[in-house]
Amino acid sequence: MTISMSTPDFLIERDRDRCIKCQVCVRQCANEAHFWDEEEQKVKANDALCVDCHRCVTYCPTHALTIRKYPLEFRENANWTASTIKAIYRQAETGGILLTGMGNDRPYPIFWDHLLLNASQVTNPSIDPLREPMELKTFLGRKPDQLKVEDGRLVEEIPPQLELEVPIMFSAMSYGSISLNAIKSLAAAAERVGIMYNTGEGGLHKDLYKYGKNTIVQVASGRFGVHPEYLQAGAAIEIKIGQGAKPGIGGHLPGEKVGLEVSQTRMIPEGTDAISPAPHHDIYSIEDLSQLIYSLKEATQYQKPVSVKIAAVHNIAAIASGIARAGADIIAIDGFRGGTGAAPLRTRDNVGIPIELALAAVDSRLREEGIRNQVSLVVGGSIRNSADVVKAIALGADAVYIATAALISLGCHLCQKCNTGKCNWGIATQNPQLVKRLNPEIGAERAANLIMAWEHEIKELLGGMGINAVESLRGNRLMLRGVGLSDRELNILGVLPAGE
Amino acid sequence: MKRVYAREEICGGCKLCEVHCAVAHSQYPNDIIKAFLKQKTKPIARILVEEGRPISFALQCRHCEDAPCTKACITGAMQKDPVTGIVANDETRCVGCWTCILVCPFGAIKRDESGHKVASKCDLCATVGGTPVCVQNCPNDALVFTDELWRR
Repeated sequence: MTISMSTPDFLIERDRDRCIKCQVCVRQCANEAHFWDEEEQKVKANDALCVDCHRCVTYCPTHALTIRKYPLEFRENANWTASTIKAIYRQAETGGILLTGMGNDRPYPIFWDHLLLNASQVTNPSIDPLREPMELKTFLGRKPDQLKVEDGRLVEEIPPQLELEVPIMFSAMSYGSISLNAIKSLAAAAERVGIMYNTGEGGLHKDLYKYGKNTIVQVASGRFGVHPEYLQAGAAIEIKIGQGAKPGIGGHLPGEKVGLEVSQTRMIPEGTDAISPAPHHDIYSIEDLSQLIYSLKEATQYQKPVSVKIAAVHNIAAIASGIARAGADIIAIDGFRGGTGAAPLRTRDNVGIPIELALAAVDSRLREEGIRNQVSLVVGGSIRNSADVVKAIALGADAVYIATAALISLGCHLCQKCNTGKCNWGIATQNPQLVKRLNPEIGAERAANLIMAWEHEIKELLGGMGINAVESLRGNRLMLRGVGLSDRELNILGVLPAGE
Repeated sequence: MKRVYAREEICGGCKLCEVHCAVAHSQYPNDIIKAFLKQKTKPIARILVEEGRPISFALQCRHCEDAPCTKACITGAMQKDPVTGIVANDETRCVGCWTCILVCPFGAIKRDESGHKVASKCDLCATVGGTPVCVQNCPNDALVFTDELWRR
């Protein structure tokens, strides 16, 4: 074989004055970047294998380690950047599609950071959430067109609703793409804080049935692990059409990740590839989608709301309108910055549209058509903090989905190597040696803490605006002002510029 | 009595318990770098991570109710404290005959030949007090210190 032109991405710096040769780094690195040189009695590193996941840095008891960007520079070129050139070297060596994990990391505009929130001054009082009640409870599902009241009592039949204590849910991540300990962490956290987690299309492991009332069970194009008890087990059912990180692309869980438990949960033979087709082969139109929605409702006696998850793409508003009319109770929209366990790099980085614009367009369209009450809108695709949640709700979302943020709370360092199955944090791996690194009790506490922290912050932000219930913020775009946006963008967002 | 129990299902085998145990029982209990780099002999951990990947768990003296090591000790250095239940080795009386090592059913006693030869074993950090350092420093809560028999 000829010489590889790939150079290391990262440089491992070891402070020899601090290194005690305990070799914790050697034992912790699944990429085998650290190794023990027996002859020289020294810990050494192979920089080329480092993915900058910070596992060794975090575990080093003497803080002897630093990871830096590899200092080797290409000749400066604004057009041919280092990552572009390195990608070509890799493809010239392999002839393959470039794969990656997590969300789009390119510097596209982040509209959340161009939206600012209002606050009360003089003319209306702000509210202190520590002294006064503040309501974040959220119900997701179809709301009736009108409320019939007879003899002072509500007689209108209310369609099934998902009840959330905070308008945040953990979005779909399958057992297979992430470890059972990661799912157990999220499921237990969801139960603790009164929200939902989502099975993804990996089926429901037998240990997770006890979290049923906090579970959204997903039905995707591969139909993995779907059976009557599965559909009955959750609080809601989600049909996955698309994913923000890879709109139009299916999924592929390689056979090496399909161990005994994954195979039993997904109902496929051990060691076989789990391939989710790009489309549902029984859905080629809105009418077909409607059939699946009603099949699932029929299978669960119309007791559970049905959600349809789509990626944010160009014609999102019309598609969402069709989904609402097809009978969905919830529409989940995943923006182009949404994460993934594995996606083709070029798809992840170039397909789809920002969730902020998609959300505003869909909410406006459904209002114009008078069908906004028929569906709840859930948005995801890089909701990074509580301010993003508040802005999303002000733009028209009923709730948000978070996954990357949830994984970061479990220890993810965004090294974007989920697809390799060597996750040093025990999250995106099925290797039992790595999975056990994530203690689900610690994970549940950290993920629950994150939601509780955001809950406090959301209440503070609402209080500052003089609002005491999240219901009053929903679609209240007057609480937003845009900065650094074009007229056209402001128009789509339905937001006034700052100062107006 | 309170004992340290290992939770094998979440032990990642990082051996930070060994590192911190060695430091706590070194000449520099408060300085990890000096303990390893300045002390003339390498500090010895009194806890040992047993491994056969993917299985790993930390093992240390179980402080047996009817401790064989105390019966086997030829000098009376190895004693079980009737109040605390801790089995401790009085290093001033230990002559390094290693009989305790021979009889320990867990293999939890090591040889310390850095000074005059003595048996080295877990003292539950009784000299430090409070929670043993291995439990304090386990990054994954895979060690628990409890007086109940730990069950998964």
